[in-house]
Amino acid sequence: MTTAAFLSLLQGAGVTLVLSGAGIALGVPLGLLLGLIRWGRVPVLSPIVMVYVSLLRSTPAVTLCLLIFFAIPTMGIDIGPWTASVLTLGLNTAAFNCEIWRSGLNNFSPDQLEAARSFGMTPALRFRRIIFPQLWRACLPGLVNEMTLLIKSSPAIAVVGVVEITRAATRIGAQTYDPLPPMLVATGIYIVLIVVFVGLQRLTERLYGQAGAAA
Amino acid sequence: MTRDFGVVWEHADRLVEGLLNTIILTLVGASLALLIGSLVAILLMSSSRPVRLISQGIVDLMRCIPFLMLAYLAYYGLPSLGLNLDNWTAGLFAIVVYNTAYMAEIMRSIWIGLGRESIEAATAFGFRGPRLYTRIIFPQIFLAASPMIGNQLIQIIKDTAFLTIIAVPELTHAASSIQSQYFVPFAAFIAAVLIYWALCMLVEAGVFVVERLAEVRR
Repeated sequence: MTTAAFLSLLQGAGVTLVLSGAGIALGVPLGLLLGLIRWGRVPVLSPIVMVYVSLLRSTPAVTLCLLIFFAIPTMGIDIGPWTASVLTLGLNTAAFNCEIWRSGLNNFSPDQLEAARSFGMTPALRFRRIIFPQLWRACLPGLVNEMTLLIKSSPAIAVVGVVEITRAATRIGAQTYDPLPPMLVATGIYIVLIVVFVGLQRLTERLYGQAGAAA
Repeated sequence: MTRDFGVVWEHADRLVEGLLNTIILTLVGASLALLIGSLVAILLMSSSRPVRLISQGIVDLMRCIPFLMLAYLAYYGLPSLGLNLDNWTAGLFAIVVYNTAYMAEIMRSIWIGLGRESIEAATAFGFRGPRLYTRIIFPQIFLAASPMIGNQLIQIIKDTAFLTIIAVPELTHAASSIQSQYFVPFAAFIAAVLIYWALCMLVEAGVFVVERLAEVRR
């Protein structure tokens, strides 16, 4: 395998990281919003979120990506492969993150909530000052675990033509008629990415997190 | 829009065929992975430290590789080693190899929590070797692990969609072929998504039944 081939694999790794990062940046806050809607039993919205979560959790990323990439343009909205990829990864991970946030919220100490309420804190203040600072620490292991799953499902976006690691590897294989070396290198890159993420998870847990069971 | 769904309905036979392939790949893949995973779990629980470390290392490594990468390695990589699989077999091979690691890990996690009492009582009654595993250890593990095995089954159903990339005629591939022929993207893929949803709910219902059975046996 040539240096140029290796560099194009690294470029693919960059694309994977940028798109996964954008997906996480979309999916984690969206998941929190959905989790809050479920936790607060917001009328009308809560059942809709329940159906959304159930549906998205059983939809394969590849199918979702194809749906977004081909169906949204028929509604007259122009969408490129990159936007479709970020939407796919973000909407998919938001459903799983919703459940992580929600279980954190369900396990939140009711005593503290009552105390905050009796001090006359508004719901917004209660969330900002009391709930969130503890919640994100409790949810961190689950969220980071979901991020590694997102990276592992990110090859799905190759189906709409985004040249990320997997697609870069098959392209090199098709050019050189020797697919095994680029694929093994690509596999190695994924292993490094995920090991780094798991290491970060252990580190953040030690620094901020509560002693929680990491998956 | 209604017309689009009509087009998809006219070609429902293709979706059903794809769905059957998805189900067969999932069931055969999961059964083989469960079988081989059980053997790997025995290695993971081995009393010899080197065996334990090496098998745990391999299982952890396997769990870092994306499924599609494994499917590509099986489809494009194995021929370089002189092993030519067609796309369907390569897909099945990837499902089995990938999920063996997860199944083994699931069973190990249950096995650790299993009390020593039942195993010691069984050895006292003269159970040893394969009979100890098939009659005492694994029945307990399988019942206790049914929710996790169910989750893994849902994961496998979703992973089979990746196999459309190596042209395995499964459900997403069928939806994709209908959409590219008649350009009905929304109807075709929504139909596929709804079928996946139904399939996953079926698995969840199955897990519920098995859990009830486990409750009765306890």
